Amino acid sequence: MRKGENVLSLTGLTAYKLSELLRKREISSTELTEQHLELINALEGKINAFVTVTGEDAIKQAREIDKRRARGEELPSLAGIPAALKDNMCTKGVKTTCSSEILYNFVPPYDATVVEKLRAAGTVMMGKCNMDEFAMGSSTENSGFAPTKNPHDLRAVPGGSSGGSAAAVAAGEVVFSLGSDTGGSIRQPASFCGVIGLKPTYGYVSRYGLIAFASSLDQIGPFTRDMTDCALVMNAIFGHDSKDSTSAPVEAPDFTGYLKDDVKGLKIGIPKEYMQSGIDQQVAAYVKKAIEKLEELGAFCEEVSLPHTEYALPAYYIIAPAEASSNLARYDGVRYGLRVEADDTISMFNETRSRGFGEEVKRRIMLGTYALSSGYYDAYYLKALKIRTLVKQDFDEAFAKFDCLLTPTSPTPAFDFGEKADDPLSMYMSDICTIPVNLAGIPALSLPFDTVDGRPVGLQLIGKAFDEGTLLRVAYTLEQNTDLTRPKPDLEGGAAE
Amino acid sequence: MSNSHKYETVIGLEVHVELKTKTKIFCSCPTEFGGEENTHVCPVCLGLPGVLPVLNKRVLEFAIKAGLALDCEIAGFSKFDRKNYFYPDLPKAYQVSQYDLPICKEGRLEIEAEGKKKTIGITRIHMEEDAGKLLHSGTTITSSHYSLADYNRTGVPLIEIVSEPDMRSAQEARAYLEKLKMILEYIDVSDVKMEQGSLRCDANISLRPIGAEEFGTRAEIKNMNSFKALQKAVEYEVERQAEILDEGGSIVQETRSWDEEKGVTVSMRSKEEAHDYRYFPEPDLVPIVVEPAWVEELRNSLPELPDERKGRLVNVLGLSEYDAGIITGSRALAEYFDRIVACYEEPKAVANWINGEFLRLLNAQGLEVTESKIDPEDFAALLRYIADGKISGKIAKEVFAEMFEKGEKPDEIIKRKGLIQISDEGALSAVVEKIVAGNPKSVEDYKAGKEKAIGFLVGQVMKETKGQANPGLVNKLLQERLESL
Ligand SMILES: [Zn+2]
Repeated sequence: MRKGENVLSLTGLTAYKLSELLRKREISSTELTEQHLELINALEGKINAFVTVTGEDAIKQAREIDKRRARGEELPSLAGIPAALKDNMCTKGVKTTCSSEILYNFVPPYDATVVEKLRAAGTVMMGKCNMDEFAMGSSTENSGFAPTKNPHDLRAVPGGSSGGSAAAVAAGEVVFSLGSDTGGSIRQPASFCGVIGLKPTYGYVSRYGLIAFASSLDQIGPFTRDMTDCALVMNAIFGHDSKDSTSAPVEAPDFTGYLKDDVKGLKIGIPKEYMQSGIDQQVAAYVKKAIEKLEELGAFCEEVSLPHTEYALPAYYIIAPAEASSNLARYDGVRYGLRVEADDTISMFNETRSRGFGEEVKRRIMLGTYALSSGYYDAYYLKALKIRTLVKQDFDEAFAKFDCLLTPTSPTPAFDFGEKADDPLSMYMSDICTIPVNLAGIPALSLPFDTVDGRPVGLQLIGKAFDEGTLLRVAYTLEQNTDLTRPKPDLEGGAAE
Repeated sequence: MSNSHKYETVIGLEVHVELKTKTKIFCSCPTEFGGEENTHVCPVCLGLPGVLPVLNKRVLEFAIKAGLALDCEIAGFSKFDRKNYFYPDLPKAYQVSQYDLPICKEGRLEIEAEGKKKTIGITRIHMEEDAGKLLHSGTTITSSHYSLADYNRTGVPLIEIVSEPDMRSAQEARAYLEKLKMILEYIDVSDVKMEQGSLRCDANISLRPIGAEEFGTRAEIKNMNSFKALQKAVEYEVERQAEILDEGGSIVQETRSWDEEKGVTVSMRSKEEAHDYRYFPEPDLVPIVVEPAWVEELRNSLPELPDERKGRLVNVLGLSEYDAGIITGSRALAEYFDRIVACYEEPKAVANWINGEFLRLLNAQGLEVTESKIDPEDFAALLRYIADGKISGKIAKEVFAEMFEKGEKPDEIIKRKGLIQISDEGALSAVVEKIVAGNPKSVEDYKAGKEKAIGFLVGQVMKETKGQANPGLVNKLLQERLESL
């Protein structure tokens, strides 16, 4: 890439700005898409955010949008905008692998509901993003293919499990992307990659077509460069879905309506448990800086206690693996995906699963199988469910007093490759601030707020169920009143290998 | 022979019933039996990555109806659970079923076996999905080079009805299953065809010394595909266990399969090899909350059940227990009976014809009641012809056979064939006169006291009238004429 040429000018912009240019027909979706594809070609060797790039399809979709616009059709705001999906969302006719050997060749015959919605919105699908295998991990090092690198520092992990989706947006390869969040898999990589990531309320966005990791915790959400885009993408993907029994039968509003530069009178709780064990001093300092800023803008911030926080992580590591052990049992080589031939059907099962799954996936299948085994169910699974209820109660009590909560997204900025790969427990700790939110089913977003040695740090805002509005409002206000929420990676020189 | 009379047999049945909903339990694929392999499938019932189940409300409705018909308590709050095990006919590697909170519990069913009435407890009824079908190249999955899988049946809704261990003989087990089938047919929730697998039965069988309180170790018997098979399998198993106990051995807790050809049960797997199904609540479905008002609505929508109906036929319509039992044995037959009686209010005559000619012809041709071509009104019309003396019983049978064959109306047949009975005294007197004149020998015999001779003369009159003469009237006229000689 050469500096100063027009060729770069259309990447790195927000959807709503591009949408304006497209609407005025100052640019075409085709050229927008081509530029993004060029950038993908240029950067993928370094970043590896994608498992599959669907360049030809993308150009076709872009041309179709341009044609419709030329005919004078009124198009939705995301029409013609290049976007990407985490590779655990089913796309009709396009390989969907979950970054796993066991699904290396799986081509779904149907579209996930979010994919249908994005298609209806006219979004240009650029491809499928890399992830920790079956969304199990916090660094994308568990990808069954190859890890994704952090665009801000190629020595650092992008976070996970939606590392590819976060990195693609951070690097400018796409305008926005979708990820999934089971214990922090949107927010933690958003934090590491310096982009915005929202995990909506459980049930707000349909899970139909999202390849399950832990069904009671999984939720799809957007990665964007700013809050306006976050609201626009939410508008496109939310909504009740009759194909998902756990989808909430609520009317969602126009999310852009929450983008108000005003936090006056808002009560923001600061959970003290999230500011304690293992938190990086610099990260803690940024949270304090954010508190000061919010108070300066008229919000009331006060410490609050969520006493069961320390039990959330162990409870999560019972519930999520338990559900996963069942959800991942269908990958047996019989109907699709990898099959390792053997002398008989049962041996074929064993061989296929032994070869097809990676270490972390196997570890969690074992954990979950054990936790559900007869004689252990009460001691593990049932107890974990009780903790889940207590964690929920903690939040309910906090929200009786506060409009939202502010915490770090992750205790540290992005760590180096290999730093935690051999130590699952320390890797699990990376999600300590995000996991309780999934157990409670409530919404939370990560907003970039400054960097440490070039590595971004994210603030986490946690809200009441179906009150994404307050989170959008607080994050938007911080975005409007500081210049800390848009860290730009320097992919041309600074980011050392 | 062992001394099986030393032991009391204890039997509990687990019955799987395929519900006859139009679509599957969690997707909109048809449930139709048959069809080319893997044509009644979609991403949901194939368990493709990413799909989610949505409960077919009709399944819940049918399960509740079954519960109500079996006097169960209907749970206001219940849920689905996953039953985890690997098998190629189970595409998700778990079966969505109900574990600790089934939709129905604590019901009862009254049976009659060997002349004695008895109430069998129903422990629970739960909903679940069916698995697919495998065709092995060899005899078992592990000895096969390959197996073919057909997922048409995957996701067809089932209810499992679990009885208390209340049955004490093979006859009682059979009576229970027959009664259960009858009730499910009445409430129209299943085809209940054992041959097609829409009614499947497993039996838990154990023995204990007569007078003992504690249950013995049980064996679970599978693969019984008919009522007869159930009875034979139980009889065999009781004998087998008694022999072991007589020899001082002990029963192994295991699953055994009934081998129809050899007439024996064969061990499938022991308790140690039993699956740990790792049940846990199905996170992809929300708990089932049933409004009491809906349950009442369903209760009111239930048809008259067999026992009730039989009682009405005996007490109100005056049928014998036996006749009422046969008629109420199937809902279709009982309704057919009611429709005929609605047109012709002589229940006993209707019952005689139904249990006689009608069932005889039906059975001879292997037809179902619903396949009969005779309209209830026509059935009634024929009986009216007989009662009015317009045709004889013998002619009526002929007419009935034609009605059964072609669905033609009795008036048309009678008219077309000129079968109307001659009850005109004047016309018949002329024929009688002619026969008396033409058969002096028989007349002489009769006069000489051989009363049987009148039979011959009646036969001659009937022959002369092509069978259409009213036999009673012929008898009367002949006697009058002969006495007057
Ligand atoms: Zn289906």
